[in-house]
Amino acid sequence: MRQLLHQQWVCYRLQLRVLSTSLFDGLLAVFFPLMFATAALLVYRLNGDEESLQYAGLGAAIMGMWTCQGVIASSLLTRERWAGTLELLVAAPTSLTRVLVPITMALSTIGLYCVVATILWERWVFDLRLEVASWPLFVVGVLMAALSLALFGFFLSVTAVRYRTSWALGAALEYPGWLLCGFLIPVSSLPVWIQPLSWAIPTTWAMAGIREAANGGSPWVDLAVCAAVGCVYAALAAYLGQRLVDSARKHATLALT
Amino acid sequence: MTSVRIFFIGGLMSYRAMFNWLSPWILIPSLVVSPICQILLFAYIGRSAGVGNDEFYVIGNALNYAAIPCLFAMGATIGGEREGHTLGIVLATPARRIPLFLGRALPVIANGWGVAMVGVLAGVLLLDVHIPGSAWPAILLAVVVASASCTGLGLAMGAVALRVRESAVLGNVVFCLLLVFCGVNVALDDLPAWMAAVGTWLPLTHGIEAARLLADGSGLGAVDGLLLREIGVGLIYTVVGLALLRFFEDESRRSASLDRN
Repeated sequence: MRQLLHQQWVCYRLQLRVLSTSLFDGLLAVFFPLMFATAALLVYRLNGDEESLQYAGLGAAIMGMWTCQGVIASSLLTRERWAGTLELLVAAPTSLTRVLVPITMALSTIGLYCVVATILWERWVFDLRLEVASWPLFVVGVLMAALSLALFGFFLSVTAVRYRTSWALGAALEYPGWLLCGFLIPVSSLPVWIQPLSWAIPTTWAMAGIREAANGGSPWVDLAVCAAVGCVYAALAAYLGQRLVDSARKHATLALT
Repeated sequence: MTSVRIFFIGGLMSYRAMFNWLSPWILIPSLVVSPICQILLFAYIGRSAGVGNDEFYVIGNALNYAAIPCLFAMGATIGGEREGHTLGIVLATPARRIPLFLGRALPVIANGWGVAMVGVLAGVLLLDVHIPGSAWPAILLAVVVASASCTGLGLAMGAVALRVRESAVLGNVVFCLLLVFCGVNVALDDLPAWMAAVGTWLPLTHGIEAARLLADGSGLGAVDGLLLREIGVGLIYTVVGLALLRFFEDESRRSASLDRN
């Protein structure tokens, strides 16, 4: 157990340093959603309704977490392939799960930077002070969003292993995530047929829990469902990851060359 | 004749090479799915906020997304040559630089136009936006002008890519600035005055305004001033881009920084 925790901590710390010093994964992952949040807040500000602005401000603060995870996690294994380290990772006695989870946790940590940056941006640029009834519960909600997104990112990373251009797939997930997870618009305003897809994403539940915390309600049911959905993705990812890697080794297609 | 060949054939080859050696797969998520989703995102934000109408967001965001190929492709052609270790060879050739680089811009303009039109069409179909049939030819023209203008900015970015490694980051930053400053989702009149002033000096701003007026039923004559301003802004960036290319090429020869990565 101690050895596992040590490996996870070392891998997480190393990857967080790598991501934090990358202009693309660190700076841009914060800047890009911040600018989209700005565009959305400019729209919401036009109607002059303070309640709507609070709604959008809260969602805008969280939406960057999706960008940090969804876009980058999809191309994690492709990046290892480009760097020539994928074969080494797969051949190592440490399972791929134990390598990927700390990386997606590091991505979620970049997402937390994004939450803080957006809250400060909203306060300084839009003079928007988020009205949150319970800041401790809000923080619990944000941490649950980070954790569940890390598990979802783990799922994305293994399912995209066979796509040579998985970075493009990841980039294409950005807007659908913002649309489906209830960050800037209520899920109920989406067409009925697409709403089940929203509820299959753990972040939708995390966002609902965060809104409950902000409005003075109890977020625990939403956060429990969020955790459960995140665990389902983690279990699927662990299963699929092993299957896909075994298949790639069997057919000698790991390098995709 | 050589310059014409470099302009057309060289430009087309460079464009094809950009997509990871002829793989059209990345076109679908990057240049079809994403613009449609961006349009839907802001149309739903507009509905939720009770601001504007779907047509406003469809036109704004479809034209904004034309910036992705226009900005990135120009940076990627330089970055791609560097990654392929062919940048030095390209710049060592006696080929004239204007057809060499403007030739690379031509397919990109067509690509930007295609992306924007896919976005407009998808918006019309998915959000039930009505644009009069008579307005379409003029809208096609406005989108061509906006794409060409934006490619001028892309050319300037491509020049900077001679010295800056992170052209993808630069492209994303510029794309975001265009989103916020060009009246994509908030009309210039509703933006803070300083943002509107910045927007008038950026590509897309006048093209988007013209396309919206055309979609609302105005004739081409009513928007010719806007289109001329869009062309003027694009020309300024193109000239600046060519000058920067010349400057950075000379500079990189002097400082041996061409292949630094």
